[in-house]
Amino acid sequence: MDCQLDIFFLEAVLNGLLLAGLLALLALGLNLIFGVIDVVWICYAELVMIGMYGIYYAHKGGVPLLLAALFGILLVALAGAVLHQVVIRPVLDSAPINQLLVTGGVLFFLQAAATMAFGVDFRNLGIRFGSITLADMSFSYSRIITFGVALAAMLVLWLFLSRTYVGIAIRAIAQDRQIMPLMGVDQRRIYLITSAIGGGLAGLAAALMVLQYDIYPQIGLQFGPLIFMICVLGGLGSLIGGFVAAFIISEFIAIGGSCFATEWGYAIAFLFFMVVIFIRPQGLFGGRS
Amino acid sequence: MLELSDIDAGYGGFQALFGISMSVQPGEVVAVIGSNGAGKTTLLRVISGLLPASSGAMSMEGVSLRQTPPHRIIETGIAHVPEGRRLFPRLSVESNLKIGAFIPAARKKFEERLAFVYELFPRLKERRAQLAGTLSGGEQQMCAIARALMSGPKLVLLDEPSMGLAPVIVAQVFDLVRRIRREGYTVLIVEQNVRQVLKIADRAYLLEVGRIKASEPAAELVASDEIRKAYMGI
Ligand SMILES: Nc1ncnc2c1ncn2[C@@H]1O[C@H](COP(=O)(O)OP(=O)(O)O)[C@@H](O)[C@H]1O
Ligand SMILES: [Mg+2]
Repeated sequence: MDCQLDIFFLEAVLNGLLLAGLLALLALGLNLIFGVIDVVWICYAELVMIGMYGIYYAHKGGVPLLLAALFGILLVALAGAVLHQVVIRPVLDSAPINQLLVTGGVLFFLQAAATMAFGVDFRNLGIRFGSITLADMSFSYSRIITFGVALAAMLVLWLFLSRTYVGIAIRAIAQDRQIMPLMGVDQRRIYLITSAIGGGLAGLAAALMVLQYDIYPQIGLQFGPLIFMICVLGGLGSLIGGFVAAFIISEFIAIGGSCFATEWGYAIAFLFFMVVIFIRPQGLFGGRS
Repeated sequence: MLELSDIDAGYGGFQALFGISMSVQPGEVVAVIGSNGAGKTTLLRVISGLLPASSGAMSMEGVSLRQTPPHRIIETGIAHVPEGRRLFPRLSVESNLKIGAFIPAARKKFEERLAFVYELFPRLKERRAQLAGTLSGGEQQMCAIARALMSGPKLVLLDEPSMGLAPVIVAQVFDLVRRIRREGYTVLIVEQNVRQVLKIADRAYLLEVGRIKASEPAAELVASDEIRKAYMGI
């Protein structure tokens, strides 16, 4: 198919927009953790995978979908807190490479454990919300719901970070860790809360993704590199940067996919990423190196 | 109010404070003077718990500070305005003030104290929505002091509030210190600007390479030839 500014092109642009909501949500969690704790959870997409299986089995076991989604969010929030307490805390003062290796280890552990526990089959909830047709363009409801919920969640998080004491402490700690005790802030507690929030966001993403995607143990490989690339493109730790980068990358994928083929969409997105990082290593919105 | 006895502290193998004993009484302004590297900042960091003492005893109104976790020392009534101000540059002025009121006891009085510091520093009220990093040096110092007052302290530790400021602004900053003393706060202030600080202090300790060399009413230190020669360039 060749590229023309026709209705299919517009459809691709709008579908890119819808995808961006989900990717922005995923990037937000990873960026929040990095900005506050200064550790990259390489295994972030694997937490999403855990959440998807949790929701899948809860729903198959008879739990209504909304409750199952809530269960998934809480499950992954708890997983995030446990990950921090058990794995991250002991290496907080270690070299960044060791922190990467440790969370990388968790990534492979979770993939292997999921393969053993759930098998390699692709599973899905078989939910079909159908789609809406607008002037020859078609958009699936599950994508629209995902976009709306993701945006709403980001808005709530933004309000939390700008209005509440704990939220402001989370932003403050990312700017000056050493003096937090002078404010009466227990850094360990803020780290734990941030990890639970980061996990909760992964859980929410999982709840949205089970509406659209098959669940399998390696689904993290499909999304993990993409999320990481978006965070780095926007500037690791920059919440705004991640948001903007998610939209840029999704449009590359969607438009490239509609003009050529989906694989080409990804290839162009990664190429663009490499060019930007070459020119601006700190990312689009990254202030720090 | 604040009592230190025989405090030692350092960084790794390097000892920076040797057997420091001192006290601050309610209502006083006490200065610690000494040249660069004498250990003044280290002393304040030890009091507020940022740096653990290696031996000795410290208490605030009878509460042992060495048994108190660093983030709870503020609850004993000690607020520390650190060297270099250390505002959160990408938070608004008002968010900086809000984080100063983080402890539960202070949250309840947030509105009341916010009104009080805005009355004390009207400039901050004008700039409440601005990012703290965009304030001028003098305004940043105001904001750092106001942030400390938001916790409702009894004792305010000030680490070189005049550092890095233009001479006109330095005079304003010392005015600020007078003003907070008038509001009834007890102040422990560390300065290299000896001439100015001795004008506002009741008493002063002279710190030299980690040891207290003299402890006298400020007026007597001002009169001392040795101090005049060594620190005031007269
Ligand atoms: N973080 C640190 N690590 C190692 N040594 C330090 C550190 N901070 C200060 N020192 C040393 O401790 C001594 C006292 O420093 P400081 O308390 O900052 O002095 P002052 O505030 O009086 O200028 C100096 O010799 C300084 O080099
Ligand atoms: Mg100093």
